[in-house]
Amino acid sequence: MNKHNVSVSVQDLSLSFGTLTILKQLNLDIQEGEFLVLLGPSGCGKSTLLNCIAGLLDITEGRIFIKGKNVTWAEPKDRGIGMVFQSYALYPQMTVERNLSFGLRVSGMDKAEIDKRVARAADILQIQPLLHRKPGQLSGGQRQRVAIGRALVRNVDVFLFDEPLSNLDAQLRAELRVEIKKLHHSLGNTMIYVTHDQIEAMTLADRIAVMKGGVIQQLDAPHEIYNRPVNRFVAGFLGSPAMTFLDGTITAANGGPAVNINGTVVPLGRYGFAGAAPEAGRPVTLGVRPEHIAVGGASPEPEADRRHWVTDKVTLLEPTGADTIVWSELGGLPITVRVDAEKHFHVGEPFAYGLDLTRASLFDKASGDRL
Amino acid sequence: MSVTSVEPSGARPRRLSPSRFMIYAGLFVAAVYYLLPLYVMVVTSLKGMPEIRLGNIFSPPMEITFQPWVTAWDSACTGLYCEGLKVGFWNSMKILIPSVIVSIAIASVNGYALSNWKFKGSEVFFTILIIGSFIPYQVMLYPLVIIMRELGIFGTLTAIIVVHTIFGMPILTLLFRNYFAALPVELFKAARVDGAGFWQIFLQVLAPMSLPIFVVAVILQVTGIWNDFLFGVIFAGTENYPMTVQLNNIVNATQGVKEYNVNMAATILTGAVPLIIYFLSGRYFVRGIAAGAVKG
Repeated sequence: MNKHNVSVSVQDLSLSFGTLTILKQLNLDIQEGEFLVLLGPSGCGKSTLLNCIAGLLDITEGRIFIKGKNVTWAEPKDRGIGMVFQSYALYPQMTVERNLSFGLRVSGMDKAEIDKRVARAADILQIQPLLHRKPGQLSGGQRQRVAIGRALVRNVDVFLFDEPLSNLDAQLRAELRVEIKKLHHSLGNTMIYVTHDQIEAMTLADRIAVMKGGVIQQLDAPHEIYNRPVNRFVAGFLGSPAMTFLDGTITAANGGPAVNINGTVVPLGRYGFAGAAPEAGRPVTLGVRPEHIAVGGASPEPEADRRHWVTDKVTLLEPTGADTIVWSELGGLPITVRVDAEKHFHVGEPFAYGLDLTRASLFDKASGDRL
Repeated sequence: MSVTSVEPSGARPRRLSPSRFMIYAGLFVAAVYYLLPLYVMVVTSLKGMPEIRLGNIFSPPMEITFQPWVTAWDSACTGLYCEGLKVGFWNSMKILIPSVIVSIAIASVNGYALSNWKFKGSEVFFTILIIGSFIPYQVMLYPLVIIMRELGIFGTLTAIIVVHTIFGMPILTLLFRNYFAALPVELFKAARVDGAGFWQIFLQVLAPMSLPIFVVAVILQVTGIWNDFLFGVIFAGTENYPMTVQLNNIVNATQGVKEYNVNMAATILTGAVPLIIYFLSGRYFVRGIAAGAVKG
């Protein structure tokens, strides 16, 4: 990693309130112009980390650099950051124009320059007609645009987003998500974005940091996080419907490793182990995403078919519109399969499905780590 | 739906059921009971002394006269001076206006700092402040007298303003702290990211959106300070006696004939200021009591 291109660097950051530790020895380097998403369930410390980067929380240990400058103890305004909040946090008694210019006014900038910057931000965000309104007269989407504008006028290096779309309805959320992505493309700023929504994370991020319990579990490109989760938590947190987890034990079959799930043996010959293949008898969990399971029977050339085929019964159907989720069983454990909605199945019928083990995940049952 | 809908049946409920009647009758009696003294005061203040001597205190005046009101305001005697209540009125104003402004200015900043700029020990500080509001005033009178004497301001306008500011501090700080704590914390964070400092955030962001709580504080302080008797008589000094003290001196004068009509007029005049405040801002008044009670 080229040190010159690091925009935000968090080094050994810890934060605790009394005996309660929120963040533990956290390290994170964010590249210039990168869109990094901090993803995790509520209480995982993602918003806390963002507040530490913003300078709104005093950290217990560690250092924070922005653009190579040590800002660990700098005031928020001196860090070159702009922040967008979930509740918009617009000043209710000020017009949109005065909301945008507030930060510039308190810094004592001259009027002409303020007007120029406000006009530019209003132009980028298409909020010129709203400039003389008060926040109370705006819709949720318009308010969030103004909130983004407030960061924009200050010409900051880094944008920090704290769950900016969580208060909006689903349709507006999808629209603004696209707008934020476009904004990132056109501005090219570094952006750090906190969310608990995996769709937002997958669509927006260059890299995702999945957090749990104040620790970054995995920091990687969305595709990697999705396909090669480092542990069971990451695997289960991303994906909807969720990954199916099947508990079993390692056995040897036909000379290669396999996993025995309540008597059903699934060979792991095609699975890419992270290290050496685990020894027989080890308890493991096999994770399979519903979309990585094929239906319709084995290919005519079994040699070319890299799947492992299982036949069981349909136990439940969940039509979602574009797809149907078929519930079946493997070794008595429930498994979900995503199929095209045009294919019709019926509860109780025999159901053949093929597991793609090259795209499956195998975890140690005790530690949850990827094998 | 297969279930037949239930039609309303039976007699239409009567407007005034017996239990309702009892409630209203009770409320009416209570209202009369509490309004009667006010009625007697108003009626008596409009009568001449000969008519009062007849002894029918409930009868309306046969001959209405406003002379007692003029006397009460302009020439009623307190001890040696016969300049009426107006001296006390202006004294009360001189005490009231600075006390209200100073106490609210300090308490609002206190509340803001305690809710948004927490420092080590701020919770302890706040707790001590709140405990202060449970200690009876009388306990602190003597120490305060000594403090004022040592400061060399005992018996002056400054002393009474300082005392009112001190005694307003616990409840007002609590009021403001709770109000600011209930505002979204993200507003404060946004202002900090925007680069505003302690005073800029308070004066430009939080105070302008806190008008209701300022109105509540003004009402609490105006009624409290105006109705004060004890501090006024102890700390203000004889030439600064507030209206309440002067009223007492007029009503309890031991020499001469008791002029009941003048006394009644003087009492109504003294009570007028808090009453007017109450009627003009009853909505905020109630809200203030609720704010102090629920969010504490």
